[in-house]
Amino acid sequence: MVSQQMVTKKRTRSARFDRVWNNLRMVFNSRIATIGLLMVLFWIVLGLVSLFWTPFDPNASNFVQNLNPNGTNILGTDHLGRDIFSRLMQGTQVILLKTRLPNGGIIPGGVAIWGVFGSLLVGTFLGLNAGYRGGWYDQIIMQILDALIAFPVIVLYLVVIAALGRGDVVVILAITVTGAPGVARLARGLALDIRTRDYIRAAETRGESPWYIMFKEILPNVFSPLFVDAMLRVGYAIFMIGTLGFLGIGLPPPDPDWGNMVNEARKNIFSNPVAVIWPAISIASLVIGLNLFADGLREEITRYQK
Amino acid sequence: MTDFSTKTKEKMPVLKLDNLSVAYKVRGGEVEAVQDVSFEIHRGEAVGVVGESGCGKSTVAWAVVNFLTSNGYVKRGSITFQGQDLVNQSSEALRRLRGDQIAMVYQDPMKALNPSMRIGDQMKEVLTVHKGLKPAEAEERCIEMLNRVYMPDPTDVLRRFPHQLSGGQQQRVVIAMSLLNNPALLIMDEPTTALDVTVEAAVLDLISDLRKEFDTAIMYISHNLGVISRVCSKVAVMYAGKMAEFAEVEDIFRSPKHPYTQGLIRAIPKLGEDKLSSRLYPIQGRVPAPNRRPEGCVYHPRCDYAQSLCRNKKPEFRLLDNKTWVRCHFAEDIDPSEWEPDDTEIVEKTEVDDETILSVDNLKTYYEVQGSSLRDMLKLNPPKYVKAVEDASFEVKRGRTLGVVGESGCGKSTLIKTLIGLEKMTDGDASFMGLEITEPLSHRRGEVLKELQMVFQNPDSTMNPSYTVGQQIARPMRKFGVVPKGDVKKEVIKLLKSMRMGENYYDRFPHQLSGGEKQRVGIARALATYPDLLLCDEPVSALDVSVQAAILNLLLLIQNKYGTTMLFIAHDLSVVRYFSDEIMVMYLGQVMEKGPSEAIYSPPFHPYTEALLSAVPVIDPNAQQKRIRLEGNVPSAIDPPTGCRFHTRCPRRKLMPDGGDACVTQIPPWQDMGNGHHIFCHLPEETLRSFEPVITIKE
Repeated sequence: MVSQQMVTKKRTRSARFDRVWNNLRMVFNSRIATIGLLMVLFWIVLGLVSLFWTPFDPNASNFVQNLNPNGTNILGTDHLGRDIFSRLMQGTQVILLKTRLPNGGIIPGGVAIWGVFGSLLVGTFLGLNAGYRGGWYDQIIMQILDALIAFPVIVLYLVVIAALGRGDVVVILAITVTGAPGVARLARGLALDIRTRDYIRAAETRGESPWYIMFKEILPNVFSPLFVDAMLRVGYAIFMIGTLGFLGIGLPPPDPDWGNMVNEARKNIFSNPVAVIWPAISIASLVIGLNLFADGLREEITRYQK
Repeated sequence: MTDFSTKTKEKMPVLKLDNLSVAYKVRGGEVEAVQDVSFEIHRGEAVGVVGESGCGKSTVAWAVVNFLTSNGYVKRGSITFQGQDLVNQSSEALRRLRGDQIAMVYQDPMKALNPSMRIGDQMKEVLTVHKGLKPAEAEERCIEMLNRVYMPDPTDVLRRFPHQLSGGQQQRVVIAMSLLNNPALLIMDEPTTALDVTVEAAVLDLISDLRKEFDTAIMYISHNLGVISRVCSKVAVMYAGKMAEFAEVEDIFRSPKHPYTQGLIRAIPKLGEDKLSSRLYPIQGRVPAPNRRPEGCVYHPRCDYAQSLCRNKKPEFRLLDNKTWVRCHFAEDIDPSEWEPDDTEIVEKTEVDDETILSVDNLKTYYEVQGSSLRDMLKLNPPKYVKAVEDASFEVKRGRTLGVVGESGCGKSTLIKTLIGLEKMTDGDASFMGLEITEPLSHRRGEVLKELQMVFQNPDSTMNPSYTVGQQIARPMRKFGVVPKGDVKKEVIKLLKSMRMGENYYDRFPHQLSGGEKQRVGIARALATYPDLLLCDEPVSALDVSVQAAILNLLLLIQNKYGTTMLFIAHDLSVVRYFSDEIMVMYLGQVMEKGPSEAIYSPPFHPYTEALLSAVPVIDPNAQQKRIRLEGNVPSAIDPPTGCRFHTRCPRRKLMPDGGDACVTQIPPWQDMGNGHHIFCHLPEETLRSFEPVITIKE
């Protein structure tokens, strides 16, 4: 029924719409991508629900401490008597759905999403410049980025956080800074290949500016590999948010942070061993879901290119 | 369908294909890439397999050596090699057989040689592994074999790595290697396609010598009819996975029976024909994809003689006049001499107005090469330059076409890239419609950019895959404000129509187009600003012959309609001759000869031009071609020979009164042969005039 509708719609829409639709269909062609997408969607839906309703108040100590899973608290309670399931649900929000600004405002899109988006913007910009212009641009940009890569990621985070203090925006910035070199490398490599194509020569011979060539001629053709890479990066970012939370320097309270939940549960691991497992599984399943999605997508894209 | 040999031979054929069909499993079913192919190859016989790309030529070869990809398999029919069935053999048995008795030579020799092994080690391996020879014996055999493929200094070659040999030498090594085991069958898949024409000629000579000498059966795959006619004794023409025609090489070229073969021959410019006296006739349409082959005769949508029977009934492969096998219902009724094209417009000689549109004076383009030693990196050594173009001077008149020919590395591409500003000019002057064009692109004014456009070689990279046809053609129009904003779409469609493409192409993406269509869009994009000068960098060399003819016709049409001046580069001498009014021959960065095209192709000519012409494969069975082969390799452009750059390989140098000393020491003079024909050579004019024509037609 739905597909019937889509078919009739498809005929009336433009060529660009066809392409978007083809891309979507491509995802469902791959079993791996579909499974990954479902895993990610599971958490997105839980997070969306938690915006309006959680079983219990995630931050209130309503229950006996360190309960095992039972009829009321399906995943048990933590060392302060808070419902773990409610906390996990709410924990999705900061990662994927909302960002708290320093002035108290809230914008849609989680810390991981904005962080990766930031590294995509910066990385693509630098990578395209390095790859297309070459020469000194390439040398300088890549040397700086290499120096950044050589720095241990956690130390880099610590530096950024030490300078700017805790906060969602700082974590976004940290993800951007650590992610940008990788994106730049990828974008540069792709641009190096594409700039040898004749259509770039054609653009040059009609006097297009380097900006036009980089962003209008090259960017659309490097977009799909960058997108697949970004999916993986969202996974890394969630991992990093977890790590930071575990170290106690991640996302600020009051919202629950999965990494911090692991750390706190770890302290009480002898009295309540299962409490450690739930946030760990959450992080793992979301990251694995994103990885599967990215892998499946990449496979399908390369197959279509043949 | 048993006996394919026209003269009955009692001997068993080396290879016999009987109704061979090869299928590939793909998503949602399978496609039969090759259907019902049957022919035989006997000892000492070379069978050419010819056809456009996508016709299944290579698949046949792969099926014989069992190199089909994992999703391909022999669906029907049999492959018999020296009486043994190859289809149902175990892969182990096939492997032994292949190593011992079947050898294959591929298009790219660099891919067939291991870049990290010395030539000697690679060659010896064949003998020590398959024949169990001792290394010393093996080396002796290798040297002997290299001698037989006319490789100069074989002992030295054995010690070298593949990258230290030129393309022609590499291919010789590959051929020598394939002959080491004395194979009964040699399969060659486009072995000369990647080579230059003079090198190709030498390799083709070698192959035909070897055929006689070794008594090997050869299956020779090529898209080039001229090459086939030079080495093969029989030809199988393939179309859309089926054999269209099979006959002796003489019969194929003298009296082709199948309309497809006739069409192929009509689509190729003959050496010496030009646009004023003749026309190329493309075959309409294109080769259908294996899963979209039409009902009835596969060729009927493109055939001029198609009738209702052709649409409904598949023709049988049958013997005609006891010498030609043909798959056509009406083969005996078709007389190619009565064939009439749909439109008989012959290009009229355009009025030459004497305005010089482009004049180039002593243009030099050098590239600095970065050495790899420490001294080079610290810039202690003087910089080295590749002298890609040296002192090129010429003029182009409005509305005319200047063709530039030469082998790879002769600087023809660099020349036009310099003119358009993609490469930096080292020295010299160039002016275009009175405006200086010596500076690089970023400094050029809009009016120059608008009037100077370029058509590229590779159809697959000429279009940006992310934009539709319409968007890509509209961009230059918008940028230069050729027409008011509202009219852009109308103008693009008008242009598409003059490219013989319909309005429905406007919204298509490049991946929905064939190679020829992409090339048309590339031309349309270059024409979108209605430039005065169009630089064409091998616009047809990546295309199949039938499409090539269509593109050439299109360019001619455009020239007639808009009066566009063209600079046309190609390595195919017949194409250049056909297409150009004037021709310039380049060798190693230097212009060797320039003048009106009819003057270039007949004496007097420069010795290099003569060698080039004698290397061109001709398909006319009546033509007699002089045989001049160049010795050695093209020297390095970093350190070109002194005096005349061609002196190291010049076959005519000994005709010099002083024995050729002047060629080494002095730069040759430009000798005026009259009528705008100039030759850059020391040889006295009388000697140059005394050369005989390269091609003579015997009646």
